[in-house]
Amino acid sequence: MSNLLDIENLWVKFPTRNGIFDAVRGVSFSLGKERLGIVGESGSGKSMTGRAILRLIRSPGMVTADKLDLEGVDLLGRSEKEMRGVRGKQISMIMQDPKFSLNPVMRVGQQISEAYRLHAKVSKSEAKRKSIEMLEAVAIRDPERVYNMYPHEVSGGMGQRIMIAMMLIPDPKIMIADEPTSALDVSVQMQVLEIMDKLVKDRGMGLIFISHDLNLVSSFCDRVLIMYAGRVVETLAADKLHEAQHPYTQGLLNSLPRLDAPKDRLQVLQRDPAWADEPSVSA
Amino acid sequence: MSEILIEDLNVWFGEYEERVDAVKGASLSVSKGGSFGLVGESGSGKSTILRAIMGLAPTWDGRMEVGGEPLGPKRSRTFYRKVQMVFQDPYASLHPRHSVDQVLSETLSLHGFKDIDTRITKLLDDVGLGPSFRFRYPHQLSGGQRQRVAIARALAPEPEVLLLDEPTSALDVSVQAEILNLLTDLRDEHSLTYLMVSHDLAVVGHICSDIAVMQLGEIVETLTIDDMRAMRTQHSYTKHLLESSLLGAKLA
Amino acid sequence: MSVTKPSSQGLRAWLLADTPTSRRHAKLSVVYQSWLSFKGNHMAMFGLGILLFLVVIAAAAPLLAPQDPFIQDLSERLLPPGSEGYILGSDSLGRDILSRLLYGSRITLYIVTLVAIIAPIAGLFVGTVAGYAGGWADVILMRITDIFLAFPRLVLALAFVAALGAGIENAVLAISLTAWPPYARIARAETLTIRGSDYINAVRLQGAGPLRIITKHIWPLCISSLVVRVTLDMAGIILAAAGLGFLGLGAQPPSPEWGAMISEGRKFILDHWWVATMPGLAIFTVSLAFNLLGDGLRDVLDPKEGKS
Repeated sequence: MSNLLDIENLWVKFPTRNGIFDAVRGVSFSLGKERLGIVGESGSGKSMTGRAILRLIRSPGMVTADKLDLEGVDLLGRSEKEMRGVRGKQISMIMQDPKFSLNPVMRVGQQISEAYRLHAKVSKSEAKRKSIEMLEAVAIRDPERVYNMYPHEVSGGMGQRIMIAMMLIPDPKIMIADEPTSALDVSVQMQVLEIMDKLVKDRGMGLIFISHDLNLVSSFCDRVLIMYAGRVVETLAADKLHEAQHPYTQGLLNSLPRLDAPKDRLQVLQRDPAWADEPSVSA
Repeated sequence: MSEILIEDLNVWFGEYEERVDAVKGASLSVSKGGSFGLVGESGSGKSTILRAIMGLAPTWDGRMEVGGEPLGPKRSRTFYRKVQMVFQDPYASLHPRHSVDQVLSETLSLHGFKDIDTRITKLLDDVGLGPSFRFRYPHQLSGGQRQRVAIARALAPEPEVLLLDEPTSALDVSVQAEILNLLTDLRDEHSLTYLMVSHDLAVVGHICSDIAVMQLGEIVETLTIDDMRAMRTQHSYTKHLLESSLLGAKLA
Repeated sequence: MSVTKPSSQGLRAWLLADTPTSRRHAKLSVVYQSWLSFKGNHMAMFGLGILLFLVVIAAAAPLLAPQDPFIQDLSERLLPPGSEGYILGSDSLGRDILSRLLYGSRITLYIVTLVAIIAPIAGLFVGTVAGYAGGWADVILMRITDIFLAFPRLVLALAFVAALGAGIENAVLAISLTAWPPYARIARAETLTIRGSDYINAVRLQGAGPLRIITKHIWPLCISSLVVRVTLDMAGIILAAAGLGFLGLGAQPPSPEWGAMISEGRKFILDHWWVATMPGLAIFTVSLAFNLLGDGLRDVLDPKEGKS
């Protein structure tokens, strides 16, 4: 078993007044020590897929799958208590906006130490040493000072780097990053991505990078899944994005305005209802 | 003659020690029928300039003119008939309890129009929404449809100038393309003047012919879109912005 | 009946239509959808049922009451529940407790309705004006609110009644005067968040004045949270009215107000428990019903909860 994660036929369902709504419909993929991008528009089920892996779908939402294995061991059958041991320690998740992920009344350093001590039995001073080391690893200058700062005192980019430090400190095997840079300015985005990239590579982790930005994902990942209406419509090697076959992927690429290739009218994506009915491509 | 003229504009919030200068000595000019873009990162003061023009930022000095008339501390209803604004987030710019019909008919009646029914149908048609959308509430609309309603509201008083505050940043890329196409069509049909704010150089580049780059409240450089595409820029910050936004596009 | 079934299904579809065809249609379908989500909350429906039952009782009190609530019969005094002709027993003057409770529901409803109209409207008015105007108007209005809030509610109500004279109308007035400040606070807090939103900016950019913005754009959004709060407060208001009655400052004897009835029963509470217990149970039931209803309404109306 060389795969970190194996998913077969994953469904996420939400009961509504008008019947059951399927947010994710039969998604299958496996993840090795690689960077996998999941791209789609809002409502495509990309975030739900990420949450379903960590079993973070709240009731009445339901997750079913033929297979949801972490290193060959089933995740779906585990109790909520066992899942708590998985979250953070084996699979961690970075959300979109650091403003909402960091506790506003706790110093950032304390939050990192605590995250570490939750999974590793170490002394407070050891945890602090390790946290400062981690802050250094995410390219924060003067980590001692930042350790004692409150979340409102740090910028968005720094906040997201702190989140990365916090998520990586228990040394997880897989990191799920859900739109980790969409709340950041373009110039900061690249820096945060580079740091994340380096850490993931150095530690031999698997990364699932969820984003709406096709270009960003392709420049950053090894493989890309394109999701539409809860299904994977196409899977591509990231450097072969321009060879995309599916009209949806092509449409997405062509609808972007390009600074280097101006045109009078942007191509508008014509949605074909048949796309939603095609079987999900497995990857 | 320029339709919008801004000279040495300062906008600040708070007084004395708490004073924060959002815009410092900004000058720009947009010709009639032209499209001007303001680019910068969050907190650079680009949206504040739009708000100052619309009278939503009360403390400012300097000179602002629209259509040759200098702006004072208050805006009249005739000003709002001439200049309208589209907000960034269509999820926040529509009243959650008002239907599309209510939004448009209130706007039209505030501006003293009589033939409200026919105008609503026309407006919905202009922004590419059919009459079936007329009695829907915002929660029954997608993000792109909401932004179309917001654009219809801005078009209702038949303005000459439209200020666009990141009109597509909250939308999916495929919807962004639809809205950008709509904006170019409307500009041609209604001979509008645009002043657009965005953090996305490609979006601004698609709509605008002249672009000002803002950093920390100041306009650091004003250049044409051709100069920008050719990377003919003087300022290091502009270069930095261009490089980071071209990076993704090059790989594709 | 056979005709209504298909048409009621047609009505349901019409009400749930995605594309309403007229203003009225759109309004009705919004109301119907709120009703559907309210209906799903069984406890709230239970509360609503009790309150509807109370309204029916109050309306039909003369028909339902076995006896005249004011007729005294000293030979039949303090009969226990279940005595012949006195299902819930009789009080110290031989009056039928059931009949008095039935008539008393009218007084309770009267008080509740008046307070529920006066207090939130006053609060809404003060709160939204203070919140939207800001500056000095805000400071002055909110300090007045603070002064009212600084007194314990019942003590302040007592002072008002003492000054105005005892009686139901004055009790209503006193309770309303003590009840509005929290609503003003809520309305102001809501207004402050709504005031800065883009949809308010958007109407300002159409040249709308403050009066229009407050009444047409801010009020509709404040009202739902006020309705929830009023419903949840209703139990307290009923208790305050009962408390004033109990202290002899609300409804005057021989009026069958529930609080006054408990007050009269107090003297016999050890030997004849039912005299005070029956009106006590009535107050308890109605208060509970309002609380359940308020909880359900919060789920439906409060935009912060539920759909996000």
